[in-house]
Amino acid sequence: MKILFNPSRKSAAVDLPEWRSRLIQGFLLISLIILVARAVYLQALNKDFLQQQGQSRHLRVIEQNSQRGSIKDRNGEILAISAPVKSVWVDPKRVSATSEQIGQLADLLDMNKATVQERLSSDKRFVYLKRQLPPERANKIAELNIKGLYLKHEFYRYYPSRELAAHILGFTDVDGRGQEGVELAWQDVLTGEDGKRRVIKDRIGRVVEDVGQIRSPKSGQDVVLSIDSKIQYLAYRELARAVKEQHAKAGSIVALDVKTGEVLAMANYPAFNPNQRASMNNEVIRNRVLVDTFEPGSTLKPFAIAVALETGRVKANTLMETSGGMMRIGRAVIRDVRDKGNLTVSQVIQTSSNVGAAKIALLLPPKTFWEMLNRSGFGTETGIGFPGEASGQLRAYNKWRPIEQATMSYGHGISVSLMQLVRAYTLFATDGELKPITLLKRDTPAVGQKVISRETAQSVRKMLELAVQPEGTGSGARINGYRVAGKTGTAHKRLEKRKGYASDRYISSFVGFAPASDPRVIMAIMIDEPSDGRYYGGTVAAPVFSRVMEGTLRILNVPFDDSLGNLVTSPVPARLEDKG
Amino acid sequence: MIKLNIFLFMVLVICGLGIVTARYESRKLFMEQEEAQQLTEQLETEWNQLRLEQTTLAMPARVEKIARKELGMTMPPPAAGNILAIHPDHSSGATE
Repeated sequence: MKILFNPSRKSAAVDLPEWRSRLIQGFLLISLIILVARAVYLQALNKDFLQQQGQSRHLRVIEQNSQRGSIKDRNGEILAISAPVKSVWVDPKRVSATSEQIGQLADLLDMNKATVQERLSSDKRFVYLKRQLPPERANKIAELNIKGLYLKHEFYRYYPSRELAAHILGFTDVDGRGQEGVELAWQDVLTGEDGKRRVIKDRIGRVVEDVGQIRSPKSGQDVVLSIDSKIQYLAYRELARAVKEQHAKAGSIVALDVKTGEVLAMANYPAFNPNQRASMNNEVIRNRVLVDTFEPGSTLKPFAIAVALETGRVKANTLMETSGGMMRIGRAVIRDVRDKGNLTVSQVIQTSSNVGAAKIALLLPPKTFWEMLNRSGFGTETGIGFPGEASGQLRAYNKWRPIEQATMSYGHGISVSLMQLVRAYTLFATDGELKPITLLKRDTPAVGQKVISRETAQSVRKMLELAVQPEGTGSGARINGYRVAGKTGTAHKRLEKRKGYASDRYISSFVGFAPASDPRVIMAIMIDEPSDGRYYGGTVAAPVFSRVMEGTLRILNVPFDDSLGNLVTSPVPARLEDKG
Repeated sequence: MIKLNIFLFMVLVICGLGIVTARYESRKLFMEQEEAQQLTEQLETEWNQLRLEQTTLAMPARVEKIARKELGMTMPPPAAGNILAIHPDHSSGATE
């Protein structure tokens, strides 16, 4: 600048007013200040916002789906597993596809082209085209390269055992939340936690750097059930057969390991296929073993006898006055099927005499009898943790009338679930312990609560063994090679709307355990409204017990405790030679 | 003094290039890891599907049907086998 004003170069000298240079200087200064201010504004005040904006152009948060735990049986066989599937969704605003592409898409989706077209032209920003497609098919769809069409990673719950264990397992909804059964009860254990992580992606969408894990994904834990698939299959198959043959309304079966209290099998018929939501309705999805209650009938007699023995009111060989086969309490009459003469206490169980049981029950103070039933687990939940479990009904003893006390001894006026009944029988299968039951695998023997003395338990066990002898009511329950103990039950059903009982509708049941010398498995069967002419527990339910128990003992490799010729069951001649 | 400066400048340049290379390597390795992880996921998926398939094929109902109908097998009568208790004290350890 100064050169311009060099006085020696007169020719170039222009007499410029001084304000012009000031103006330029001022202008530059102001520009500088503006720039600095802008820089401060961006760098200091707006830094976070701008950095975030910058990062959002290459930083991405990726969702990491967690897998729901699987459900396995006690031997590790899979009962429920989550398989990855893809759901196809579109953003109709961004979709651009040729008619040909839409045609191919519709084919791959198994959908009508018009329906697909309609969904593509919806005015929402998120429309599912189809949920839960197998991965291979989804990949083919991805290869169509349709803009605005996206795949979402999801899991589909699959139950390979189909209806076999459907009532135990329950099912999940389309979003993978448990709705029934074990899926619901152990929902917290089974569900994992979805993870999120922040990554940097390059221009073509590859992840190039892991910036940080926001939340790591946690897979759901597996649940190992106490169920044995083979026993479960056997139980379901035989139950289904019996219900169909007897033209019954429904049936249930449950088997427990006596030592550990584990549920080895639990099945109901009719059942449903959890893989097909369409097959479900309220009638079939109910786990009747736990959710339904019924009047158990004669299967309850051993409890009245046990408490009478325990309190010393009777002995096994005490003779009861039962001849005539009927007794009168007030206006009510209790009848036996036929007059069996005078019976000992043992014979009361063996021949299932209502009159005998009622007479024994009436020897007891109501409170004592109530305590026995209460401590045997009637009227309270079993603690198995199954959703919707029924607790049954055991009315308070101070409201009992004598007739009620009498009928309760043979299982009327009290309602129980099949699970309560089978658990209560652990008293007689063990030496008087009520075993805690579980649906989860338990390796150690469970210690139960002592309810009756060892002597009483053994004495009742002997009576129950007599009941399945040829002279007893439950002879159909016998098994080749094993000693069996058990009790039949045949109860009239209660009328639905009125008081009283239906004369022609029954619930037939059988509860028993084997081998009687050292019980391993205890099993209860209930058949609702058999209507093929037969309805006694001994003819309807006991044969199911025999078939399922025989197979179960074989599966569990339980040694024989009786001679093999104890009854003739197998019409098929032995093909294999005994090789020792 | 100048020599020292030039030396330091060279060191600086080499370090700079080193960082660039290391960064590049790290991204490359990271991508490999990413691919390996995807492979893991893919294999896990396949493993699950195979397990599912195996379980489906081994369902007792199917096995029984094949054994009885196709192979003509029958259940041996109890007399055909012997069950020996290994631990006579508790029968739980019994095998065939």
